[in-house]
Amino acid sequence: MSDMINVSASPHVRSKMSTSTIMFLVIIGLLPAGIYGIWQFGFNAALLIAVCIATCVLSELLYDLLMKKRSTVKDLSAVVTGLLLALNLPPDATWWMAVIGSFFAIIVVKMLFGGLGQNFMNPALAGRCFLIICFTSRMTSFSYDSVTLATPLAIIKDGGAVNLMDMFLGRIPGTIGEVSAAALLAGALFLILMGIIDFRIPCAYLVSFVIFMGLFSGNGWDVTYLAAQICGGGLILGAFFMATDYVTSPITKTGRVIFGVCCGLLTGMFRVFSSSAEGVSYAIIISNLLVPLIEKITLPKCFGKGGEI
Amino acid sequence: MKTCFERLVNGLIKENPTFVLMLGMCPTLAVTTSAINGVGMGLTTTAVLIMSNIIISLLRKVIPDGVRIPAFIVVIASFVTITELLLKAYIPSLFDSLGLYIPLIVVNCIILGRAESYASKYNVFYSAFDGLGMGLGFTFGLTCIGIVREIIGGGTVFSIRIMPEAYEPLTIFILAPGAFLVLAFLVALMNALRLRKGKDTGIGGNCDKLCRSCPNTACGGKRMETEV
Repeated sequence: MSDMINVSASPHVRSKMSTSTIMFLVIIGLLPAGIYGIWQFGFNAALLIAVCIATCVLSELLYDLLMKKRSTVKDLSAVVTGLLLALNLPPDATWWMAVIGSFFAIIVVKMLFGGLGQNFMNPALAGRCFLIICFTSRMTSFSYDSVTLATPLAIIKDGGAVNLMDMFLGRIPGTIGEVSAAALLAGALFLILMGIIDFRIPCAYLVSFVIFMGLFSGNGWDVTYLAAQICGGGLILGAFFMATDYVTSPITKTGRVIFGVCCGLLTGMFRVFSSSAEGVSYAIIISNLLVPLIEKITLPKCFGKGGEI
Repeated sequence: MKTCFERLVNGLIKENPTFVLMLGMCPTLAVTTSAINGVGMGLTTTAVLIMSNIIISLLRKVIPDGVRIPAFIVVIASFVTITELLLKAYIPSLFDSLGLYIPLIVVNCIILGRAESYASKYNVFYSAFDGLGMGLGFTFGLTCIGIVREIIGGGTVFSIRIMPEAYEPLTIFILAPGAFLVLAFLVALMNALRLRKGKDTGIGGNCDKLCRSCPNTACGGKRMETEV
């Protein structure tokens, strides 16, 4: 069948927004955090970002070639996945870890399930979790100014004190992209203003997380503690850039709020009750798995159907 | 003799319990952390399978139809107990590494499945070969999964190091998620090979009315419907 008679059903929505435009804007939104990470952690951070993006794009290209499919590299989604994965790696990670993680993210999590739009969980986060399970010690050792230090989250979990301003600006050990809350928020604000990401998911995520921490963390409603919990770890990166991934978040508006609350409660649970200090990645990929169920219960009813009987 | 050989091939390739029938997934996923565990589990199951098939086939005219499942289970459980005690006495290292999964052979669906679908209908000799074929097929499946998981997750095969010293093992492969990943990839590989073979024979190939294990997915049961 030729393209000439390939007509889809109405309504025909016309928009200048295409997948590649959206992905390009997401990349711009991630740039402040990426540039800050490179400035902060130096050459290795830049190398990791480059290796991640290159491996993601090459894997997708090769997969499409081998499976004789139309190449989907141009939609830039592989670049976003690579960039997000790199921002989730500790600055001391080695290049081959980046290669393994990117390969897993693109081939196993994304392409084998049918490519962009079909993946059941966020590829970048799945790649990160794969690496955490494989190389636990390498993925959880963070250094700052060439000295290995505990992350602020680990410090406050052990009851220590942290400098809130340092955490907000990013003068702390952590993964390449998560350290500077200021840079991340600047990018996130840009994306919200451009209409790329929906404010419901991050808002529901952060609010439910704060309420959970206030109730169960044992520190009550201490503002400094709660602010440190928000700025520390991957929470802001996760809430604004990963949980809002179009493919793995619900379509309905109510569904997005429920999804955000799921992420928030799970993150709180992992941070308070588990042995590790961080839990954003697991919280988001577990909530990703709940998305089909959330969409099912929040499906809008057709006009004239489903009233009281 | 032809039937005996056909039973062996059937168990090993055509109806391989691990890759085609997808039976006995619990030990498949749980014990295959290393190649030697896979071989051990496979051979233990094979021994139980052959013996239980023989006894059930001998008793097939005695066992009343209404209580056949409890009767099968009693036979299988007896042999599992015997095997467990023998392993404990003679191969304690294997006994330790397989642990709980030896008594769980009682509820392995391959054994009950063969008793129900083959041994209770055919004579002793054929049933023994059916058990041997299925058991070897299971061993083959477990060993394949074990080898792949051990190479990637530990850099060794049968505890012999084959990867260079610098290789850093991907620990996930000897944990539970690795079992699912490796199983999925091996099943995909087997299906790809079977499909390729199926294309050569074409749709007009032999139809043995076993659609579930037929490599010809293009047919989708149509041939059986028209011929039966």
